[in-house]
Amino acid sequence: MNIILNNLSGNIVQHRKKLRLALDRFGLPLVFVLLCLILSLSSEYFMTWRNWMDILRQTSINGILAIGMTYVVITRGIDLSVGSILAFAGLCSAMVAAQDHGLLASLSAGMFAGAALGAVNGFMVANLSIPPFVATLGMLSIARGMTFILNDGSPITELPESYLALGIGSLGPVSMPIVIFAIVALFFALVLKYTTYGRYVYAVGGNEKSARTSGIGVRKVMFSVYIVSGVLAGLAGMVLTARTTAALPQAGMSYELDAIAAVVIGGTSLSGGSGNIVGTLFGALLIGVINNGLNLLGVSSYYQQVAKGLIIVIAVLVDVWRKKKR
Amino acid sequence: MASTTLLLEAERIAKAYGGVPALRDGRLALKAGTVHALCGGNGAGKSTFLSILMGITQRDAGTIRLDGREVHFQRPSDALDAGIAIITQELEPIPDLTVAENIWLGREPRHVNCLIDNRELNRRTQALLDDLGFEVDAKLPMRRLSVAQTQLVEIAKAFSYDCRVMIMDEPTSAIGERETETLFAAIRRLTARGAGIIYVSHRLSELAQIADEYSIFRDGAFVESGLMADIDRGHLVRGIVGRELQPINHKQNRQCTPEICLDVAGLTRDGEFQDISLQVRKGEILGIYGLMGSGRSEFLNCIYGLTAPDAGLAQLNGQELPIGDPAATIRAGISLVTEDRKETGLVLGSSITENIALAAYDKLSNLSIINMRKERNLAESMAQRLRIKTASLDLPVSSMSGGNQQKVVLAKCLSTEPVCLFCDEPTRGIDEGAKQEIYRLLDEFVRTGGAAIVVSSEAPEVLHLSDRIAIFKAGRLAVTVDNDQTITQEALLSLAS
Repeated sequence: MNIILNNLSGNIVQHRKKLRLALDRFGLPLVFVLLCLILSLSSEYFMTWRNWMDILRQTSINGILAIGMTYVVITRGIDLSVGSILAFAGLCSAMVAAQDHGLLASLSAGMFAGAALGAVNGFMVANLSIPPFVATLGMLSIARGMTFILNDGSPITELPESYLALGIGSLGPVSMPIVIFAIVALFFALVLKYTTYGRYVYAVGGNEKSARTSGIGVRKVMFSVYIVSGVLAGLAGMVLTARTTAALPQAGMSYELDAIAAVVIGGTSLSGGSGNIVGTLFGALLIGVINNGLNLLGVSSYYQQVAKGLIIVIAVLVDVWRKKKR
Repeated sequence: MASTTLLLEAERIAKAYGGVPALRDGRLALKAGTVHALCGGNGAGKSTFLSILMGITQRDAGTIRLDGREVHFQRPSDALDAGIAIITQELEPIPDLTVAENIWLGREPRHVNCLIDNRELNRRTQALLDDLGFEVDAKLPMRRLSVAQTQLVEIAKAFSYDCRVMIMDEPTSAIGERETETLFAAIRRLTARGAGIIYVSHRLSELAQIADEYSIFRDGAFVESGLMADIDRGHLVRGIVGRELQPINHKQNRQCTPEICLDVAGLTRDGEFQDISLQVRKGEILGIYGLMGSGRSEFLNCIYGLTAPDAGLAQLNGQELPIGDPAATIRAGISLVTEDRKETGLVLGSSITENIALAAYDKLSNLSIINMRKERNLAESMAQRLRIKTASLDLPVSSMSGGNQQKVVLAKCLSTEPVCLFCDEPTRGIDEGAKQEIYRLLDEFVRTGGAAIVVSSEAPEVLHLSDRIAIFKAGRLAVTVDNDQTITQEALLSLAS
């Protein structure tokens, strides 16, 4: 009898464990699905193809930024300069594009601009040991200022068709920003999960000293994640420029906050060593759906900001509780 | 010494976490004026028991009596108020506050109840430290202290409470033999005043030295207790492990080749160690013995490439070793089991598999894409070879006991297939069973043609493992001796100090 009871209670414990593991893994997707369900009941338009394309297109810029941010945050860093780098790189590529040097040249210019500023961030953090928050806060201001200097504060319009296709073109029924977003997400998720580089990113964030004794080039890894973040900010800058058909020097202001929010909601811990791209994607999508849903429901944008803030805090609170229980 | 008044009595203490019992039947009877050793392997329930005594955790069942009256501590401050203080293994100082400020945090002497009386604070602290015989300056910020000094401050802090029961959880794990002697003297003064001490340590030789009585826990339950004087070391080990442990003489029949594996000549790093020359042959274990601050760990770290030498040369199998580049040193064939597994050995939040593979991804990947099957196979074969106990290799290493964590560190180091293995305190804070297994692995490693250096502050361990012993003293190599039967612990200690 006792044995049976013991087995039974053992089973229950097992089941509880499994349930908790499942919640850990699928908690955010579950919230996401629930939210979608509620919204589709409140608005007929929500579950239409067109609306979802809108959501995804609006999410794509933040999503691309958030993917780079995930790499940085896993190493226990942060990149506050992505919004400014986005504007700078967008403007650089637009200047090249406006002079008709061809699509490839303008794309390379934008990527290179992002990479260069990212490298400066990386150098400050990895080699000069400036705390990431401070280093990238400096870059936030420097890059923004440089963007205004570059074209005297005026926007660049009249871009060639081939360039604009990045933002307003489409591949079949799917618009170009979404395609780019999907490719970037897939590529960087695979790198993080299946390459040695990905493992080193986790190891450096999890325990820098252990990583060093294990023969990992800690500085190289730290340096590199800021380049990843910079390049992706550059790419996002070009997509945004193409979508709005103009490179504005004030583009991307405070975008870093949404990107960090997506990463944090996605379960990546700011204390480093954990997190993944799939979580970040859901985080970015959740923000997109909230904005879209509240718009559909006719809620004022003032309230939207409050809602977004609450969700960030709650998401992190749930994470803290979950970790305490263990 | 042995009075019969019971100071603290705990009976049938039980605690379960989510249905899994961590402690089923914890018992202890502490007499005034005695040191009571609490023994048990990792996972025996000692830590749970102690945190219940301290009011950090609430018990599910059982009674605790202090001076014959039943007590229920809701929080650690209740226990402190009742006169129970604890010294924990985990050191948590506030690095920018001074020694004095750390010790009296929240209890500072004050003027008019709000201004801190710094002069009195420092005077009181220095008096306390001097009284204990600890060589620490009360005005120094904590970040300037060594690990050993930090541990001494932690001990002083416990003494600063006017307590009658003191719990010491591995107080000597980070300090050297000299400091241990000082601590023991302080303990004896404390017991002479009628206080009782619960003493937890994996170092059995220490228990024989200091404890009057003992209690053994195994698998979450009390096994036996008695007078320390009535039993020997073997009895204690049997009680802790639950079976007969054969103390194997690993050194026997070990064949040392004359072939030199590692050759260090005149290695110097200013402020750490001076002009050290030594050789390690294939098939031998070279023990390095020395007190805290003798430069032994710094020496290993330097050869390994974590720091760069100011002068001197190290060669492995005739090839000069790279300088200041751990990755290249690993490729050359050296691996380092670091002194502190949590700080510098493991990535605690990552899985067991990822930790084992961490240093070996060069071999496990193709064009930097990881071969998951190879990674898994490596982890599985290592887990089998080192007898790593876990429900799944995908669990984070933080879920394991200290002994198993240490095996994971060893597995990580062996995964790079080194020809020369450096082990810095390979058995710190792990239980007797796991210790024996680590000894077995090291022996196996050198028998199959490897060479090893083992640094340890435990004289018995060095004597047990090594073929030759190098003794470090104040940053210099004092002497290298063959480890034959004539060398004793006392001889080692006197050579080192």
